[in-house]
Amino acid sequence: MTEQTPQPDPEPSVLDRMRERLVPDGMPSDDRGRMRMVMDSLILHIHPAKVEVTTLKWTYTWGLGGLAGLLMMILGVTGIILINNYTPSAPQAYLDILELNSNVWFGELIRNLHHWSANLLIVVSVLHLIRVFVTGAYRPPRELNWLIGVAMLLLVIGANFTGYLLPWDQLAYWAITVGTSIISYIPLIGNWLSRLILGGPEVGANTLLNFYSMHISFIPLLIFGLMSYHFWRVRKDGGLTLPKKAEADSQVKPERVTTIPHLVRREFVFAVVWIAIILVFAMLVPAPLEGIANPDISPNPAKAPWYFMGLQELLLHFHPLFGAIILPGLAILAIFLLPFFDINLTSVGVYFRSLRGRSLTLLGIGLALIATPLWVLLDEYVLNWNAWLPAWDMLISNGLIPLAIVLLPLIFLDEWMHKTFHADTEERVLFIATFLFTAFIVLTIIGIFFRGPGMSLYWPWAMPIH
Amino acid sequence: MTQTTSPDPNLSRRDFLKIAWAFLGGVALLETAGVFIAYLQPRLAEGEFGSIITAGLVDDFPANSVTHITNGRFYIVRLGDGGFISVYHRCTHLGCTVPWDQTAQKFICPCHNSQFDQQGLVENPPAPRPLDMFPVSIENGEVKVDTGTILQRQSYETAQVVYP
Repeated sequence: MTEQTPQPDPEPSVLDRMRERLVPDGMPSDDRGRMRMVMDSLILHIHPAKVEVTTLKWTYTWGLGGLAGLLMMILGVTGIILINNYTPSAPQAYLDILELNSNVWFGELIRNLHHWSANLLIVVSVLHLIRVFVTGAYRPPRELNWLIGVAMLLLVIGANFTGYLLPWDQLAYWAITVGTSIISYIPLIGNWLSRLILGGPEVGANTLLNFYSMHISFIPLLIFGLMSYHFWRVRKDGGLTLPKKAEADSQVKPERVTTIPHLVRREFVFAVVWIAIILVFAMLVPAPLEGIANPDISPNPAKAPWYFMGLQELLLHFHPLFGAIILPGLAILAIFLLPFFDINLTSVGVYFRSLRGRSLTLLGIGLALIATPLWVLLDEYVLNWNAWLPAWDMLISNGLIPLAIVLLPLIFLDEWMHKTFHADTEERVLFIATFLFTAFIVLTIIGIFFRGPGMSLYWPWAMPIH
Repeated sequence: MTQTTSPDPNLSRRDFLKIAWAFLGGVALLETAGVFIAYLQPRLAEGEFGSIITAGLVDDFPANSVTHITNGRFYIVRLGDGGFISVYHRCTHLGCTVPWDQTAQKFICPCHNSQFDQQGLVENPPAPRPLDMFPVSIENGEVKVDTGTILQRQSYETAQVVYP
């Protein structure tokens, strides 16, 4: 049966031929081939063929943008399969979540993965924004990418907020009620807009359907489009920012290495490690779920989603028009406009601008850490403009006066930076931004951990259980 | 884009057409936006919250009492003088459901500690205005409340009270 003559050149097997189609030349073995591979590949093409060695330094970016992209992918995949076990109608939505947790293979794990990735994404997006801000990486020509990034942050918050309602439990129902009531304070169109979004006078079946459709179609599509553009723009704007070199060094050519394997390998390891971390976390910590939504009983305290607790804390101190519309509106506008009034190019790529910038950052954080809790305590227990000035409109007694109390010291601080420390514009911007951001974080922490029944202040370890 | 050497004070045909096209395009965009907004308007179901709800008989409500009608999302307040008002149970601050505290004789909101008196007037901010009301009517000894009409108000007036 067997033929003894040797076959010199066997036909390539079907498998070999398939592999040849997918990776035509096999894995490249030289730098030239590796560079070609990046250029020819759609996905790898977001990278240049070669990168400067210094931009590979992990402690410069902390991989935050990449991590945000990875989380988007996890959210996309888990989100798509969660759709198969969910009905966007009350009360079936809640029953479906119970079913998912108890009766669907890996249902609870998928839900936990989705839940924790979404929350982590908010943290990572904000950290990414901070990193870009403190290294001045939004300066020309990167202003446009900053704007897109901020828009994506708002969309991420929107995605998180619309997703928050979907389990239809008490936590979801009241967090969304509190969160959407803020809309009705927009002058002139507030009530109309709130009815349009809620699909009625209050959160109900129509709201659930509206939020569901926003959550699974409109917002993800927008994010996907902007995200692709954001990545492409990074490369278009010349890759990562680098510190300007001293005159003497400018002649030395920077060392460059091929993207494959140096950058791609790092990204791969980074992604695998983070997937492992999120997976373990999702296995150990279940996503919260309370009793079914009951419009007749507000829990005490009723809190907005955690990332809005800083806002909710502001609402305790200001008339809603100020606390919910004017102050957050101004803050978002200021963040959008940052690259346009902070244009000193000398410090691009340097953390905190300069040595003095570092001290001012620390000073800003320190002052905010002291001033914010003091202000909250003062406003909670001492100040009561509304009772002291009963004849005045609440817009003044509960709006303009507290605003002045907050703004005047800030203007004074800015002057102090200018006069005493001779800080230049970019250092003053850095200082004020650091101060305000730290104050916002402190307000968020107070809102999450220190507010108990009736939104009164308690120590977290002495929180009464209601 | 003026066409020739002599500057024409009137619109050239080309400019006119450009402006006309831009105008028509703008109108088309506005129409499309209008279609979307109209399409997304709230859909209200009959017989649910939003319709006229019978709260009960006049004699069911003793003077100086506050009764929660949960399916209508409102309270029937019968004042000391026998008059009726109906207040929406939704806090005017951020929309939490405000329970009536019998011992304190106030509405106390669990979310931000807004407090309202029996007539729904603000006793303690942050609520910016009194609790909203619904129109009450009394027919054949029955107290009926139109939950489709939410009345915002800034103060308490005797005209808001309905007497049997």
